[in-house]
Amino acid sequence: MASLIGSFALVFGLCLSIFIIFFSIKNFKDNNILDKKVVSLTFLQFFFVLISFFGLIISFVNSDFSNETVFNHSHTTIPIFYKISGAWGNHEGSLLLWLLVLTLFLFLFISTSKKQAKQYRILTLLFQQIIIIGFFIFLIKTSNPFNYIFPVPNEGLGLNPILQDPALAIHPPILYLGYVGSSIIFSSALSAASLSYISKGWAKHIKQWVLISWIFLTLGILLGSIWAYYELGWGGFWFWDPVENVSLMPWLALTTLLHCILVLEKRLALTSWVVILSIATFALSMCGTFLVRSGILNSIHTFANDPERGLFILIFLFILIFLSIAVFFFFHKNENQNIKNLFWLSKETSILVNNWFMMYFLSVVLIGTIYPIFLEVFSSEKISVGPPFYHSLIIPFLIPFLIAMAFAPRLKWIKSKIEDKIQMIIFFVISFFISLLIVKNFDIDFLLNTILITSAFYLFFITLKDFFSKRIGNLAQNLAHFGFSLLILSILFNNIFSKEVITNLKIGETFISEDFKINFENVDKKNEKNFKAIIGKFNIENIDGNIEVLNPELRIYNQPNIITSEADIKTNLLTDKFITMNVVQNQDYFNVRYQVKPFMIWIWISVILISFGGLISILKKKYEN
Amino acid sequence: MYGRKVKLRFLFVLLILISLTLAVILVLKSLEENVVYFQSPTEIKALVETEKKKIRVGGMVKKNSIFIESKDLQFVITDFKNEINVIYSGAVPNLFSEEKGVVAEGYLKDKNFFLATKILAKHDENYMPPEVKAALKEK
Repeated sequence: MASLIGSFALVFGLCLSIFIIFFSIKNFKDNNILDKKVVSLTFLQFFFVLISFFGLIISFVNSDFSNETVFNHSHTTIPIFYKISGAWGNHEGSLLLWLLVLTLFLFLFISTSKKQAKQYRILTLLFQQIIIIGFFIFLIKTSNPFNYIFPVPNEGLGLNPILQDPALAIHPPILYLGYVGSSIIFSSALSAASLSYISKGWAKHIKQWVLISWIFLTLGILLGSIWAYYELGWGGFWFWDPVENVSLMPWLALTTLLHCILVLEKRLALTSWVVILSIATFALSMCGTFLVRSGILNSIHTFANDPERGLFILIFLFILIFLSIAVFFFFHKNENQNIKNLFWLSKETSILVNNWFMMYFLSVVLIGTIYPIFLEVFSSEKISVGPPFYHSLIIPFLIPFLIAMAFAPRLKWIKSKIEDKIQMIIFFVISFFISLLIVKNFDIDFLLNTILITSAFYLFFITLKDFFSKRIGNLAQNLAHFGFSLLILSILFNNIFSKEVITNLKIGETFISEDFKINFENVDKKNEKNFKAIIGKFNIENIDGNIEVLNPELRIYNQPNIITSEADIKTNLLTDKFITMNVVQNQDYFNVRYQVKPFMIWIWISVILISFGGLISILKKKYEN
Repeated sequence: MYGRKVKLRFLFVLLILISLTLAVILVLKSLEENVVYFQSPTEIKALVETEKKKIRVGGMVKKNSIFIESKDLQFVITDFKNEINVIYSGAVPNLFSEEKGVVAEGYLKDKNFFLATKILAKHDENYMPPEVKAALKEK
C-alpha cells in the first residue's frame, strides 16, 4: 500500500513540474510580484516527493517484500534503525533522496529569496526544474524504487552488513545535502548570468547557499571517512579511492567558489569566474553520481550497478553542461572589471593565488580519477592510480599553500603591505625549530618533512595568535584556517608516528615486538538477531608495562552470508589503539592487525572546526541582517 | 612602444602558460611513475621478461590453495587458464576466501611467484574481477 502511494506520488510530482513551468513562465512576463501559486506549487511538489520518500521508508519498516527495492536490500531480522537507513542505502532510494533534497532546496530558495528580483527568482526556479524533471524521469524510468514483484517473496536478500553502521546510515543524507545544495548555486548563477543580475547583493545572497552546501559536504565526507576508518579495518581514513575522490572534487570546487565569491561581494570582480565555478561544482557533483552509479569506476567501494543508468546520467550531464555553456557564452555580459587597478599585493591577488592552487589540486584529483577510465576505453589496458601519485603531486604544493593561508587573510583589499614583519619572521623561526626537533629523531625524508611541518606549524601559530588579537577581523575565516592547519599537522604526525603489527596468531599465542607484546587470550561467542559474533580477547602490553584489553569482533551475518570484522578502538586525546582480527578459511590462525595511531581524534576534530567556521559565517550574516 | 598595462597583461598570460605547462609535465611524469597496471595470470605467463614495477594481479583464489603460517600467507590466483602463486604477509580483508574474487598488489618475483604487499577484496560479496567473468563465460 505504502509503495503504491509512493509510486503515484512520484508521478504526481513530475506532473506538477509542468504546472510550475507553465505558471512561472506566465508570471515571468506579466506581473511584478511573484505569483503565490508558484510558491505553493513548489511546496506541493516537495510534499509529493516527501510522501513518496515516506512511502519507501514505510515499506522498508514493514518489510514489504512485494517491493523490489525492499526485497533486494532488507530482511526481517535487521534492526529497525537499519531498516530505515536501508531505504537510502541503495541506488533507487538514494536517488529518491537526491530528488527530495532537490525539491526541498528549491522550495527553501523560493521562500527565502523574497528580497531578490522576481525575474531572477523565476528563472532560477526554471533552471532548477530542468534538473528536477531530469531526475524524475531518471528515477521513474531506470530506477523506480517502487517496482512490484510477484509472487511476493517471504524473505528479503538483506542489507550489506558493512552498511549496517550508524555513521554510514546518516552519511548519504548529509553528503547529498552538500551535493544537491550545489544545484541551487548552479541554477541561480545561470539565471543571474543571463539576466545580468550579478551584483554585490547577489553575491551576498548566494554566499549563504554556498556556505550551507559546503558545510554539509564537509561533514558528509568526514562521516564517510570515519566510517572507512573503523569499518574497513585498514586503519586509514583516506585511500584516494575513486569513490572518495568524486566527493573531494566538488568540495575543492566549492571551497574555491567560497573564496572567490568574497571578491565578488566586496569588489564586484571575477564575475565570470564565479559563474564558471558554480557550474563546475554542480557538474562535478553530477559526475560523482554518474561515476559511482554507472559502475565504470574500478573501486573497492563499488556496489552492484547497472550500465543503462550510467548512460542516462551521462547524457543528462552533457545536456546540462551544454546548456550552461550556451547560457554563459550567449547571455553573460562581462561588464565591470575592477580588477584592472590592482596592486600585486592585495587580498584580491591572494584569493586568486588560492584559486590557482585549488584548481591545481582539483586537476590532479580529476586526472587521477578519470585517467584510468579513459585508458581502459581507448587501449583496454587496466591501471589504477594509487596514493603515491596524489602524494607526490599534492604534498609539495601544500607548503606554499599553507604559508599563503597564514598571511593572506591579513592583507587588505586593493593595495596592501605586509604588517608586523618581525613578528611573522619570529613565528616562522619558532615553527622551523619545533619541526626540526620533531623530525630529526625519526628516520623519514628529512628535508620535505621539516619544511612541511614548519609551514603547517606556521599557519597554526599565526591563526592561534589571531584568536587573541584585538582586531580579530573574521572569526569564521580564522577558525577554518586554524582547523586546516590542525588537520594537516594531525595527518602528518599520524603518518610519521604510526606503528603497525600484522601477524597471524592462534588462540593462546603471544606475539612479541620491540614496542609491545600482543597476547591472544581467548575467543567468546555471542548470538545476535541477525548475526553471530566471535569476540577476541587481546591483552596488549606496552614497554612501560601497561596492559590494555582489546576486543575486536568478527560478525557472521545470516543474510547475506558475509563476515565482517569490527575493529576495537581505544581512543584518547593523544592516540588511538586499533585492532582488527580476521579468520582465513577455516584455519586455526587468526589474521591480527594492531595499530597505534597518534592524533587520530584530532583529524576528526579539525574537520569539525573547519565546518564550524562555515557555520559561524552563516550565523554572522543572520545577525547582521 | 607598448603601455605598462599591456606589458603587465602579457607577463600575466606568460606566467599562466608557464605554470600550466609545468603542471602538465609534473602530472604526466608522476602518472608514468605511479600508475599500477592490472594483469591476469595469463597475461603474466605471456610476459617476455618480468619487470620490477608494482603491478596488480586479479583472479579467483583457487580452491584448497590457502596455506597460512604465523608469518605469512600463501595462495594461488587463477583465471581458470593459468595460475600464479602468491606470497603475502599482511592484513587480510573480510571477503578474502577460496573461490572468491581477489586483487593482489605487489611485485613479480618471476612468472610463477608473486610477492604481494596488499590484498584488496570488494565490498560486494558477488563481485568478480571482469577478466575472471570473461574467462568463466568462455568455459
